[in-house]
Amino acid sequence: MRTHILGARLIDPASGHDQVTDLFLEGGKVSAIGQAPAGFHADKTLDAKGLVAAPGLVDLSVALREPGYSRKGTIASETLAAVSGGVTSLCCPPLTRPALDTPAVAELILDRAQEAGHAKVFPIGALTKGLAGEQLSELVALRDVGCVAFGNGLASFASNRVQRRALEYAATFDLTVVFHSLDASLAEGGLAHEGATASFLGLAGIPESAETVALARDLLLVEQSGVRAHFSQITSARAAEMIAQAQARGLPVTADVAMYQLILTDEALMDFSSLYHVQPPLRTRADRDGLREAVKSGVISAIASHHQPHEPDAKLAPFGATEPGISSVELLLPLAMTLMQDGLLDLPTLLARLTAGPARALRLPAGRLAVGAPADLVLFDPEASTLAGETWKSKGDNCPFIGHCLPGRVRYTLVDGRTIFQA
Amino acid sequence: MPTDAKRPLQLNDQGQLRHFLSLDGLPRELLTEILDTADSFLEVGARAVKKVPLLRGKTVCNVFFENSTRTRTTFELAAQRLSADVITLNVSTSSTSKGETLFDTLRNLEAMAADMFVVRHADSGAAHFIAEHVCPDVAIINGGDGRHAHPTQGMLDMLTIRRHKGSFENLSVAIVGDILHSRVARSNMLALRTLGCPDIRVIGPKTLIPVGVEQYGVKVYTDLAEGLKGVDVIIMLRLQRERMQGGLLPSEGEFYKLYGLSTQRMALAKPDAIVMHPGPINRGVEIESAVADGAQSVILNQVTYGIAVRMAVLSMAMSGQAAQRQLNQEAEELN
Repeated sequence: MRTHILGARLIDPASGHDQVTDLFLEGGKVSAIGQAPAGFHADKTLDAKGLVAAPGLVDLSVALREPGYSRKGTIASETLAAVSGGVTSLCCPPLTRPALDTPAVAELILDRAQEAGHAKVFPIGALTKGLAGEQLSELVALRDVGCVAFGNGLASFASNRVQRRALEYAATFDLTVVFHSLDASLAEGGLAHEGATASFLGLAGIPESAETVALARDLLLVEQSGVRAHFSQITSARAAEMIAQAQARGLPVTADVAMYQLILTDEALMDFSSLYHVQPPLRTRADRDGLREAVKSGVISAIASHHQPHEPDAKLAPFGATEPGISSVELLLPLAMTLMQDGLLDLPTLLARLTAGPARALRLPAGRLAVGAPADLVLFDPEASTLAGETWKSKGDNCPFIGHCLPGRVRYTLVDGRTIFQA
Repeated sequence: MPTDAKRPLQLNDQGQLRHFLSLDGLPRELLTEILDTADSFLEVGARAVKKVPLLRGKTVCNVFFENSTRTRTTFELAAQRLSADVITLNVSTSSTSKGETLFDTLRNLEAMAADMFVVRHADSGAAHFIAEHVCPDVAIINGGDGRHAHPTQGMLDMLTIRRHKGSFENLSVAIVGDILHSRVARSNMLALRTLGCPDIRVIGPKTLIPVGVEQYGVKVYTDLAEGLKGVDVIIMLRLQRERMQGGLLPSEGEFYKLYGLSTQRMALAKPDAIVMHPGPINRGVEIESAVADGAQSVILNQVTYGIAVRMAVLSMAMSGQAAQRQLNQEAEELN
């Protein structure tokens, strides 16, 4: 299939492109930019005047729920949701049942993703067996079947010693470890950010120190072990400062933030809506602003959806009895564009945090639109808007943004040159 | 910050009470109306036949997912004095232990055609959840949800204060003890602020003071003697034994030594200060017996006032629901 994309504004932060031009795709790759290659005859032409062509978005955390939780979502449904949001490559966390701690589970996920044929899936393996924090998983075997990094989710390690050994083992093979820094004992029983809102609502609090105490320990162990580290789901301004300091000291440290943490604050909990129940929790306005600044400066180089679809019953209970998480992958681009609307970032920088930034953090073969690169791209209209929820592909509609009018609208998503989604 | 416009859930289109979930967002006039109505019901308890026919033919269902004797009994009495049929279900030992969700339990009760649920639940926000999801035409009264709210207790405390002190405008009120886990303290702080109390103090060790509580418009004291100076009202809170295991306090003995209300400490407050407690009291832990049983204690009056306040809330919510039904019907006919 040869495709000619006509007259789009091509923005590729990784290669520094920002120009109105034509793109030529052939054999699943970008074959030329600007001028058609000799003898190129398009099978299909997409008129993209007024649209932005960017590398397909790279989302570092999309819970696909399979195996084990298919009532919440399936690999087919959630990868379809992803491409409808412009995401062409995604990482899935190891929080499956059984946990993603064996090559068999990784292969099952990859096989089903290929069968579904929507977004490209890059699994993150469990650092320890069953995510129990006690015994290391076979990290190299998992890498060999396609795991791109390893993490333990929000589960803690049996001891700092086990964590240290895990990091040293990963460092031996230059594997990337994904951290969710959270001190389990400080967070124990907590449902919301420890602050005035939680106090007012009578919800047990999770202090900022649950994140920063653990982050301080994790950074020291990263320094000692020399492991490549990616800190996921940073929630506080103080944590962002600590990441910046570590980067300034030359540690191989990257970070991401959940998209919704850049928009919402703990004040959203005021009517006890379980749609705002997330872990780690929504924090204060000052934290949100600090995170936004860290995204702007590049200290946080990736914005991820941290998509967690749920079945309706999971949210149908009093706040504390509901399961945490927001289903949001298909709104990743429009939600991100609210940052541009707020004047925080220009479009190229925003796209860098959604494409090249996350791809670099986990060394993924994605996030770039250069000649010879895979033809994974999104074409979107920055002037149009998206009515969130108007079309909904995810199995989980646990999304507080449904019904909101958001800026930008994905028109086409192409994976390996094939149009996978068209609005 | 802690006044949120999202509480019209509690009010009907004419601003009347429809559910009673929290004191947050309820206007001063409405709180005063509750107090006035409760005042008028006080004499019912003194009659030979302690009944008025306001809720005749209505069914009030007390659904207690958490144990309580005092609150449950006073709600039962209040409903009976209003001539309602009353059912009390202790759900913590039945449906939920069989795996039924709160949603399902309430839907089943709803199918029994009750007109009003009084709900107590261990989760903060449970009453809001029920009011939003289960019963559009049934009034929900929060009988205490987690650490969040105990609005009828808050209002009975306000009635107690008003009957003993006349008004709220020039009062200093101290709330002492485990503020962190207390739905009573939260409701009292909101009610006092709405009713115009200018000096609300909370007193306790830092481990029992909620983060950001100053945003309620209260002053925080960690020293009891300092906090009690010149106050008109002292509200003592119950201390749970598990606070010791949770590392929040070293011992009951040390708590009593630092924050227990003794005769000697009472002398720091105004000479006519009153002492309140939501009960049941722990003698020698929060309060000395001589104070609990002393002339300035109004703890038993609170119980009496509690029935009148609950009668007021039940009757007002029922009437607000009826008015809303009428409005909805009229709107339907117009369409």
